[in-house]
Amino acid sequence: MESLFINLSQAFTAWLMSLGLSAGWADALLLAVQWTCIVAIVTLNITILIWLERRVSSFFQERLGPNRVGPLGCFQTVADALKLLTKEDIVPSAADKLIFKTAPALFIIVAVMLYAVIPMGDGMQVVDLNVGLFYFISIGSLSTICLFMAGWGSNNKWSLMGALRAVAQMITYEIPLAFSLLGIVMITGSLRLSEIVEAQSGVWFIILQPVAFLVYFIAATAELNRGPFDMPEAEQELTGGAYTEYTGMRWALFFLAEYTNLVAVSALMSTVFLGGWQGPWLPSWIWIIIKTYLVMMVFFWVKWTFPRIRMDQLMSFSWKFLIPVSLGNILFTGAGIYFCKWMGWC
Amino acid sequence: MLTDYATIGVFFLLTVSFPIAAMALSWIFRPKPKAAPDDEKYTTYECGVDTRGKTWIRFRVNYFLFALVFLAFDVETVFLYPWAVKFQKLGFFAFAEMIVFIAILVVALWYAWKEGALEWH
Amino acid sequence: MSTAAANLQLQDAVFVMIAIVTTGAALGVVFLRNIVHNALCLVLTFLGVAAVYFQLNAGFIGLVQILVYAGAISVLIIFAIMLVMDKEINQTNLPIPSLGRRIAGVYITALLVITLVLAIYFTAWPLATGAGAPFDAVGMLAELMLGDYVIAFEAAAVLLLVAVVGAVILAKGVEKQ
Repeated sequence: MESLFINLSQAFTAWLMSLGLSAGWADALLLAVQWTCIVAIVTLNITILIWLERRVSSFFQERLGPNRVGPLGCFQTVADALKLLTKEDIVPSAADKLIFKTAPALFIIVAVMLYAVIPMGDGMQVVDLNVGLFYFISIGSLSTICLFMAGWGSNNKWSLMGALRAVAQMITYEIPLAFSLLGIVMITGSLRLSEIVEAQSGVWFIILQPVAFLVYFIAATAELNRGPFDMPEAEQELTGGAYTEYTGMRWALFFLAEYTNLVAVSALMSTVFLGGWQGPWLPSWIWIIIKTYLVMMVFFWVKWTFPRIRMDQLMSFSWKFLIPVSLGNILFTGAGIYFCKWMGWC
Repeated sequence: MLTDYATIGVFFLLTVSFPIAAMALSWIFRPKPKAAPDDEKYTTYECGVDTRGKTWIRFRVNYFLFALVFLAFDVETVFLYPWAVKFQKLGFFAFAEMIVFIAILVVALWYAWKEGALEWH
Repeated sequence: MSTAAANLQLQDAVFVMIAIVTTGAALGVVFLRNIVHNALCLVLTFLGVAAVYFQLNAGFIGLVQILVYAGAISVLIIFAIMLVMDKEINQTNLPIPSLGRRIAGVYITALLVITLVLAIYFTAWPLATGAGAPFDAVGMLAELMLGDYVIAFEAAAVLLLVAVVGAVILAKGVEKQ
């Protein structure tokens, strides 16, 4: 079970090579298969996730939640997906058409690109970049531009307000997000995600870096525009922020991308803080799924428990609290490593 | 064998096909009614009232200030990451150098804070 | 050898495609009339340059290009545009009317082109030997940054400080108006 997928992909490559393909083409075809699997799993998983979030949130708030379509309402999201597929595509006549149309596509492309470096099991990684962690931060920063394009292209006051707020919020929380991971890089001395996972074979980094974990969690919540930091799309105030004018499939792409980002960030958190794919008894790829789901449950829990935070509080919380704390964490980690070496512990 | 970045490149090209496929799929299934371009449904949504004035107007200086302080810290991130990778091998002098570097940027943060550039209005 | 030659051809083809996208976007920055379109074209240009870095196996620099230029500078530019916007949007980047400015533009561009051509011509371009073995580029960067170039490194911090202070003072002036 453990190396099921690795054996499968090796067999596939060997089969392609036996057909007379060069190693490069065999690799490219294998990559295409891997990509298809990732996208299929992500897309299907999201229908489950949305159903799960709606059920879980209803229990948090003592409601019933979707319970009519299928047992426990589990076909609700399938019905929603079909509905979105058959909705008319409306482009407002005032919109900046090209920007309006490309924004959702770019948003989902950025979200899917994040999966290229996530280790989904022992040796199961599309690319094990030597700068993997930095890749995640850097590519993730591109989604701000996509949101701006959506808000700008709509030529709608709600959209533009929501988008600019989202951009301001996301750039503000990008700094603590990047700073909080530095402590881990200092301990492992590598940006390669597989090495970061291996460094946790003894102790998980959530134990060594609890402050970094909290800062990263909060910053990631804001970066994902999830509650209690969902000011940019606050339904009651901005009628849906940057997504106001979008309908049908384009809107679905935004929604899909948001959840794709959520899964990617949760997977990264389990990789970096919770020991990645390591765990006893079960195969590595099941462990990462379990851990990712646990992290996502915490995201749901936080979203449906705390009320929305006001915009000015939200901004000053990052600048005046999270950034100083994460800088302090870097210095503290540095001093700690020196202390450790001095005592001869490591 | 593909190199790491060639793999990223191919992955990107494959990913581009995803939204295209999604839009094509919806094009097959969605209704495509013929409506005049000045039809009611193509107007800008504003909770039922007609929209007035321009959307693309001047915004507050706040946004710009945030972006600027952000840029300074973003550049700092870029310097911090290589340092963190080599932290354990570089020795104490490099640690001291980095403390000076961070301290200078903390002064920048403090100044922006003091001048109220970090306040949201 | 034939596979190596085919590989080189493929590399060239990829480079040409990246170059077409990058220069096309750069032309868009200059010629489009809507200043927001200019800014978005600039983001595309940044990404194209990052792609060139990736092709040269300089991953870290490519990612820095994406993080700082495509992710931060572009946001700064967009917010700067939002700060000064008061015209009709499709006339925010019109061709320069005055003749003097046009001549100045041509003059500066010519200087830049001549400098670049001379620099390219007089640089000895050593051919890379081997397939470019993977090495710890990020670590070497840190060693250089905190070793030989430490003064420049700390100067960069001071530069950032000055930039923040200057911008805050300027923005205060804007706000008072």
